[in-house]
Amino acid sequence: MYPSRFRYEAPRSIAEAISLLREGGDEAKVLAGGQSLVPLMKLRFASPALIVDINNLPGLSYHQEDADGTIRIGALCRHVDLERSVLLKTKQPVMAAAAPLIADPIVRNRGTLVGSLCHADPQGDWASVVTALGGSVIASGPGGRRSIPIADFVTGPFENALAPDEIAIEAVIPPPKGTLTGGYLKLERRIGDFATVGVAAAVETSGDTVTRAGIALTGVGGSTISATEAGQALIGKPLTAESIAQAADLAAAAARPRTDHRGSAEYKRHMVRTFVVRILSRANGHPAGAGGVVGGVTPGQSANGEANTTAEGTA
Amino acid sequence: MTIVYEDRGDEAADDVPVNRIRFTINGQKKIAEVEPRLLLSHLIRRGLGLTGTHMGCDTTNCGACTVLVDGQPVKSCTMLAVQADGHAIETVEGLSGQSELHPLQEGFKQEHGLQCGFCTPGMMMAAKSLLAENPDPSEEDVRWALSGNLCRCTGYQNIVKSVLWAADKLKESAQ
Repeated sequence: MYPSRFRYEAPRSIAEAISLLREGGDEAKVLAGGQSLVPLMKLRFASPALIVDINNLPGLSYHQEDADGTIRIGALCRHVDLERSVLLKTKQPVMAAAAPLIADPIVRNRGTLVGSLCHADPQGDWASVVTALGGSVIASGPGGRRSIPIADFVTGPFENALAPDEIAIEAVIPPPKGTLTGGYLKLERRIGDFATVGVAAAVETSGDTVTRAGIALTGVGGSTISATEAGQALIGKPLTAESIAQAADLAAAAARPRTDHRGSAEYKRHMVRTFVVRILSRANGHPAGAGGVVGGVTPGQSANGEANTTAEGTA
Repeated sequence: MTIVYEDRGDEAADDVPVNRIRFTINGQKKIAEVEPRLLLSHLIRRGLGLTGTHMGCDTTNCGACTVLVDGQPVKSCTMLAVQADGHAIETVEGLSGQSELHPLQEGFKQEHGLQCGFCTPGMMMAAKSLLAENPDPSEEDVRWALSGNLCRCTGYQNIVKSVLWAADKLKESAQ
């Protein structure tokens, strides 16, 4: 399969990239890892007249932590960099859990987190993770930079809030205010398939009390679902079997799954509930069920929950 | 080297975008003129005539088209040829020497790691990258590294054995 005909530019600076995008308008597309865009172009679901390849832009392949604990992920940071990241393993258990579950190892060599957010596929894993963590995207355009909270960035299935002449150059994860625990679990028919169901959960606690909680769902609706009520239900009290069960019920109620070849709506909703219980029970120090990737860290300490890399439902 | 493009009939020949790229393939320096929509797999198979790289699903699933770009495995059906500019590409043809098989090829032969052989070039290139990073992989490491490559014949058992055989052989020869 061939994409339809397009002009290709590989600028060397962000300013040059933005002016190319300005010239191309609605017909221009940014190419980073290309692991979603190139297949879309081959299937002719996308037929941009101009491709602006940002792979030659310098200084965007980083992921790093600021002094205050904010984590920044550059537009050319590949999934494999995050999968192997010591920073994430020690500081950011939710992202560390998700990184090895993105697509397959070969796709992870090229695909990027920021590109995945821009692609805004309802079955994309990173959008759920960044939603659960309350992250944002930094866009760079002719008028300078602006920060867009992830809830506003993903505007619908395969739609984002970027103007045609803006580039998403960075994802930002705010620092946890207390102890951060949580994880990401994904049910997939085989490695590399789209998620049947994915759940990201992030819980911050101060002492025994939950101070912030984010739960987001992959693949069970027309776009990434933020299960806001489920998160709210956990706040202001200790994490207990009862509060976890309540949050799991609310998350399952927030899901909008459809019956398809990956499973019935009822089954998917059930799996949302199961995954919330599993992640939060682990976060609470009570392992529930086998498998899964969860962990917990306290700021300034090393990981106390070692991530294992067994994806639910994969051989 | 000639690549023939489809003529839609509505453009002057000069208006068809063509980029000139410089890259290496299996250590040999090359310059090519490519239309940007040409995929890396097309450049390798049609432009360079290296048909060892197979096109399986053409949808980023199966991994049969896996090649190494600067040593890292990439699905060549999901990268534009024009993006190879300035990079080093390795295909299955680059594995063996003049007369000797690469230990991975020898391993697939010894352990019966293929039946129809369609997925084999992609398996070998993914495995080559694994062994370069981890010369002493466990069975699980091998299964993990090859989880982006599909085989419909073998059930994977002998492919994993083949890679472990190659790892042992490479360790022996390194001593």
